[in-house]
Amino acid sequence: MDSIKSWLARSGMGSVLILALIIVVVFPLTMDLFRLNLVGKYLTYAFVAVGLVMLWGYGGVLSLGQGVFFGLGGYMMAMFMKLEASDPETTKIQSTPGIPDFMDWNQITELPLWWEPFRHLPLALLAVLLVPTLLAFIISFAMFRRRVGGVYFAIITQAVCLILTVLIVGQQGYTGGVNGITDLKTILGWDTRTDEAKYVLYFLNAGLLIASILLCRWIQLSKLGTLLLAMRDKEDRVRFSGYDVSMFKVFAFCLAAMLSAIGGAMFVLQVGFMSPSLVGIVPSIEMVIFAAVGGRMSLVGAVYGALLVNFGKTYFSESFPDLWLFLMAALFIGVVLAFPNGLAGLYESHVKPRLGKRKDKPAAGTDSTPSSDVPPATPLHSGAPHGGKPLARTALPDGVQGTSA
Amino acid sequence: MSLTDIMNITLMQGFAGLSLFSVLLLMGLGLAIIFGQMGVINMAHGEFMTIGAYTIYMFSSLTETFLPGFASMYFPFAIVAAFCIAFVFGWFIEWALIRHLYKRPLDTLLATWGLSLAMQQTFRSTFGAREVSPTLPDWLLGSWAPAEGLDIPINGLFVLALTALVTGGVLLALYRSRWGLRVRATVANRPMANATGINTSRTDRLTFAIGCGIAGVAGAAFTTIGSTGPTSGSLYIVDAFLVVTFGGAGSLLGTVASAFGIAQTQSIAEFFMTGSMAKVLTLMMIVTILMLRPQGLFASKIRR
Repeated sequence: MDSIKSWLARSGMGSVLILALIIVVVFPLTMDLFRLNLVGKYLTYAFVAVGLVMLWGYGGVLSLGQGVFFGLGGYMMAMFMKLEASDPETTKIQSTPGIPDFMDWNQITELPLWWEPFRHLPLALLAVLLVPTLLAFIISFAMFRRRVGGVYFAIITQAVCLILTVLIVGQQGYTGGVNGITDLKTILGWDTRTDEAKYVLYFLNAGLLIASILLCRWIQLSKLGTLLLAMRDKEDRVRFSGYDVSMFKVFAFCLAAMLSAIGGAMFVLQVGFMSPSLVGIVPSIEMVIFAAVGGRMSLVGAVYGALLVNFGKTYFSESFPDLWLFLMAALFIGVVLAFPNGLAGLYESHVKPRLGKRKDKPAAGTDSTPSSDVPPATPLHSGAPHGGKPLARTALPDGVQGTSA
Repeated sequence: MSLTDIMNITLMQGFAGLSLFSVLLLMGLGLAIIFGQMGVINMAHGEFMTIGAYTIYMFSSLTETFLPGFASMYFPFAIVAAFCIAFVFGWFIEWALIRHLYKRPLDTLLATWGLSLAMQQTFRSTFGAREVSPTLPDWLLGSWAPAEGLDIPINGLFVLALTALVTGGVLLALYRSRWGLRVRATVANRPMANATGINTSRTDRLTFAIGCGIAGVAGAAFTTIGSTGPTSGSLYIVDAFLVVTFGGAGSLLGTVASAFGIAQTQSIAEFFMTGSMAKVLTLMMIVTILMLRPQGLFASKIRR
């Protein structure tokens, strides 16, 4: 029993278990299907937030373009479902039956070649996973090889976001334009819009999310996780120790991209459409705030962050639409100035010590290492105010790192 | 089509490129100071432009109501006011927010994004969600026709002249004034600049405020071309950052060159394809070049 307890404390599995209980048991029992579907939608954003914890919290690389991967994953899924929804029988009133309706409206008479693979589910699923990851690899390989980091990387990812949005909106005939891909119905004949299907998809989504968290947790506990942290804090020293720093960063970026793509695909399955409004710069930055609110170092926190911010968004933008943007602004500024470790940091610093006092035995252990499973976000906040300067140095505006530090 | 027609079309197309160039340069200049020199990622830069634009709108409606005889004269004063208001606001923001975040560039990015959201909502509550445009004085309207079949819009010329003026002013101030000397010293070596008696935190505040003021002037210039809405500024922010990054942060001449290059690429591409595809092509070229040459066109020689 004690060994299980200590394992739980060491690996941080306790918090994952609690989260799994909340998502898989508490939410389905207490909410009606409409609310549950909404939670399912929020949980798809949590994939992105979990990826950002690995990329930003652990890797120290901030991407403002996660919407690109979320969107690509979603579009790949939506393309498959759209093709299935527009079989010649249902689209016989079109001038060219058998192609998606938006193509017909744009006077396209033949399915473009790059849509063809999406007739087959295995190919489509493979594309969901591989296309965003490949794009992430190309971008990050080119950038990190040249030691571009920090701010510059953020700006480039933002530009990629803009490119993809303009491209999707501009090529209406091939992508559905501003409206996106809508009217998605079935997968291999299985209707995704029934109540039963919604429950199945919710649990699939929850299962995948927890699996992703476990995978990331495993990476964090492995040597790779330690290396990522070391790179974030002192990149040059890791490089001088003989490690190929850039490839680790590329790995973190590809991992985050793949997780986002899974989230995007699950979004399409549960919500039933995909549009460029989920790809652009604004949603991409909002996804960063999910991770920041939850705590950029905490995988579980990222999920709570995504849930809370989205609940807040839904509630406030329905009841007080004027207030919502101010609240969002306060979140952005507050999370940066007041509590850079997010909810997880607040838990570590305020709740956990009290819990430790109540229980006598583990108190000694938790008090001596107050943040054992969540390392500090930046050295700035763990040490003396003057101690943290080198970190900022790694992200100087000239973008090319390693000249001083 | 005769030879003169082709000449005229080429000239007008070239002028369209020049207009885009001046717009991009005006957007980029303030950011070149804030981001290029100080290294602060100000995502609210677009909203400072919007402040300038709304200042012009306010001046225009105020003169219409209270001083109708003054209507042809208000514009220059309004531009100065746009600079001042954006300057004061930038000063305040630096004091309240930015100075706590100099060592955490990525966090500055998030905080200023939050700031931009708050500013957008403030604009929306104050001026309404609809786009507004000021009543422009008569001398800004119409076009100038130096030859038969050749029409050059006067507002484009005005923006071009204003851009030249502001760029010249910034270059002069940065390389020929005490302030410029202090800024360059602070950028080059902060502890050393401190040691020689330069008040670097004061320099930072002034620099940030001047950058914001220039954004205000940029916004003022945009009112002659298009209308202003609460989210107008955020449309430009990525372009502005790309202009500065592409030119090479820390190099003002690089900013000028990159604005020119981007504008000409886009306006030439627009001649052959749709606007959105031209934009995609231009952006992709910038991103590709930045991947191959991350320091931008003109790398700054300063060792950091």
